[in-house]
Amino acid sequence: MAFTPLKEKYRNKVAQITLGATADQGGTRTSTVTIGGEQALPFLHFEGEIPNKPVVALEVWDIAPTEWNACFEQYYGDVYSDPAAWAKKCVEEYGAEMICLRLKGADPDFGDKSPEDCVATLKAVLGAVGVPLIVLGCGKYEKDNAIFPAIAEAGEGENLLLGVGEQENYKTLTAAALGYKHAIIAQSPIDINIAKQLNILIGEMNFDTSRIVMDPTIAALGYGIEYGYSIMQRARFGALTGDKAMANPMIGNVGFEAWRAKEANASQDDFPTWGEQEARGIMWEATTAASLITAGLGIVVLRHPKTVELVKKNIDDLMVPATY
Amino acid sequence: MGLTGLQIFKLLPKTNCKECGVATCMAFAMALANAKASLDQCPYVSDEAKEQLDAAAAPPIKKVTLGAGDFTRTMGDETELFRHDKKFFNETVIAIMVEDTEDVAAKAEAFDKKVYERVGLTFYTDALAIVNASGDAGKFKAAVEAAMGKTDRVLVLCSEDADAMAAALEVAADRKPLICSATADNFDKMVELASSKGCPLAVKGANLEETVEMATKAFAAGAKELVLDSGSRQVSQTVADLTQIRRQALKRTKGFGFPTMAVVTAEGDMDQIVEAVSYMSNYAGLIALKADDDALLLPLLSWRQNLYTDPQKPIAVEPGLKEVGEVTPDSPVYTTTNFSLTYYIVEGEVEASKMPSYILAVDTDGISVLTGFAAGKFTGETIAAAIKETGLEDKVNHKNIVIPGGVAVISGKLEDASGWKVLVGPREASGIHKFVRENFK
Ligand code: B12
Ligand code: SF4
Repeated sequence: MAFTPLKEKYRNKVAQITLGATADQGGTRTSTVTIGGEQALPFLHFEGEIPNKPVVALEVWDIAPTEWNACFEQYYGDVYSDPAAWAKKCVEEYGAEMICLRLKGADPDFGDKSPEDCVATLKAVLGAVGVPLIVLGCGKYEKDNAIFPAIAEAGEGENLLLGVGEQENYKTLTAAALGYKHAIIAQSPIDINIAKQLNILIGEMNFDTSRIVMDPTIAALGYGIEYGYSIMQRARFGALTGDKAMANPMIGNVGFEAWRAKEANASQDDFPTWGEQEARGIMWEATTAASLITAGLGIVVLRHPKTVELVKKNIDDLMVPATY
Repeated sequence: MGLTGLQIFKLLPKTNCKECGVATCMAFAMALANAKASLDQCPYVSDEAKEQLDAAAAPPIKKVTLGAGDFTRTMGDETELFRHDKKFFNETVIAIMVEDTEDVAAKAEAFDKKVYERVGLTFYTDALAIVNASGDAGKFKAAVEAAMGKTDRVLVLCSEDADAMAAALEVAADRKPLICSATADNFDKMVELASSKGCPLAVKGANLEETVEMATKAFAAGAKELVLDSGSRQVSQTVADLTQIRRQALKRTKGFGFPTMAVVTAEGDMDQIVEAVSYMSNYAGLIALKADDDALLLPLLSWRQNLYTDPQKPIAVEPGLKEVGEVTPDSPVYTTTNFSLTYYIVEGEVEASKMPSYILAVDTDGISVLTGFAAGKFTGETIAAAIKETGLEDKVNHKNIVIPGGVAVISGKLEDASGWKVLVGPREASGIHKFVRENFK
């Protein structure tokens, strides 16, 4: 019996974005990453080209995180208060392909660091590692709008990924990224229409929309993950079938969400049938990541070193071309 | 029925004899297409046409049942490519592998205890897969027998040696285990075992094409409940095969309309779970893996639960005032939403705090705290209204209410609208225990 593989015929592909810049490209990175460019649904190599694999970033904070689970102490305890050393460890020992620097300390409730302090942290991290950087603000609009222009300027030439821009607050970020040639993250609250609309609005500021990474907003496993999962699937299918306004790679703060879950943190003493806490936490994070990767996640921001190893292996396995 | 009126009309006698009760064959065909008539009303329809119409009416993916008695699992019977289009129905069966060279009785006993509770739901590992690693028929049969004595869950019998399978089925056939697998080498014997014993059968070819050919033959030979194993043991090929099977089945390509299985091959226990997630997200009907640590299975089973929830309607609990434990007028009052996930998380924590309490579940149409807040359904006003409606003021002798930390900003509005004093609780419900110790004891 002859078997003819069923392939969708797509009219469009996902934008391809390179992040980071080496010396000959005007930056100081020793490596760059390229994501996107898919012409098929995630890992369906028989259907179309999947030129780039998803990449893994580790999260680094500019202040010592007080609420991270105690199990992180053994990996980061010695570098919590030194973002540069922290980032270096993430890259050299734990295999991070990007660093996601979260400027949590700029939050008025967490130290209210000045734009100058933020710039100093950025420079220290840029000096410590050669991988491309994602830089996130503190999430409070007013403060973020004070630091984005300074960060964008200080990172000139480095081709950073800056975030996040939201529907209510994207203009300062977009202008800063436009002026200094960075890429940006556009975040929407699990709503495909807002995601699309935001990309269009950013484009209206003359920003090259193929330089947008979408954050459709994810939740952790067990905490609403399926909503983000389905939005990502819809966005990707929409992108391939011709909707250019959603044809962007996607990023997800997997570690941030997964390690808020009770299941990642509760001790085995309290929940004897749930197994050992650290292993469970790692699996909570890895399962959140692996499921979203199957929906099209392009940048996976993680926390635990072991999760990095697991997710990278999963990605490598999925990237082996399978054809008929 | 999957056919249009016109397609059905082509299969009818076209004599317009009216015996079916309507004026023309065309009218009858339209009635059939709209499920307003049944085929046996026409006495003249040919057997061939009947078969074609039956096939079109059958679900695109056959429903296969594993196990017998109280613990059974259904595979297949799916209709969608994407969960957002409607919903996925039959949750992936998780089969934990044990080899017949191990202490099967002890493993089966431990396996049978695997029951996980989270957010008001109970998760099971569904099946124990006994692998004939010894290559010995007697050992295999003894292992299967030992497992049967320890667990009532589904059994998967893994041997490609038809004699070993026959031996095991002497004791296990009544449990309707999945026979794993018919291959090119043992095909006739395995198919005969499956059909004579009435057990479901996995069919494994060298590749997808061969698997489907074998399944078609097995079905014709009388093994009706089939599961497809494309034979791939490489992750991206397996994902591709699972996807092809689902797509072809929904398009009703012959031989593809059966549920699927995938075998996890990674070495490390954690790697196995991650690999299983890739298969689960890509339509696997059954996944066999070795990892059996609780800390690893809980996340995998949680993903299954999430993937198979109904995307059209959030699961909600009845809004209103709930009592946790033996409440008194002094008991603390918490408020949250009626999204079942949110509610059960909070209820679990309140219960664990061992302090009898009231929980006011506000009607947010089943959405979470922050979503409800953003949508204007969990606000100072809606909570104040719920306090009134539920008669809370007559039940307790205080006016203190604990709100989730994530919506601290509504405190003022809530106090103004209700006259109650607001206590801002922790952001995550898991902090309730500590909060109780610090505030109520
Ligand atoms: C899934 C989701 C949705 C789903 C809703 C699913 C549902 N049934 O609720 C959908 C896609 C429908 C949705 C829609 C929207 N969403 Co929404 N959504 C999410 C998401 C990803 C997860 C929410 C979730 O399920 N969490 C899990 C539950 C269990 O959490 P929870 O209810 O908060 O409960 C926890 C705590 O609050 C606490 N807790 C709960 N009760 C209590 C009680 C007490 C006493 C205490 C102490 C603690 C406590 O314990 C729980 C566990 O720790 C979040 C982002 C995120 N990652 O969290 C955004 C999020 C909540 N959504 C948001 C928004 C803006 C929206 C929309 C308005 C977007 C839009 N314009 O369309 C709509 C509104 C919907 C509407 N009009 O009906 C924003 C809210 C921003 C804000 N702070 O106001 C968020 C935070 C995303 C973001 N960053 O922008 N959303
Ligand atoms: S009974 Fe059959 S043949 Fe006669 S009119 Fe009805 S459909 Fe046509």
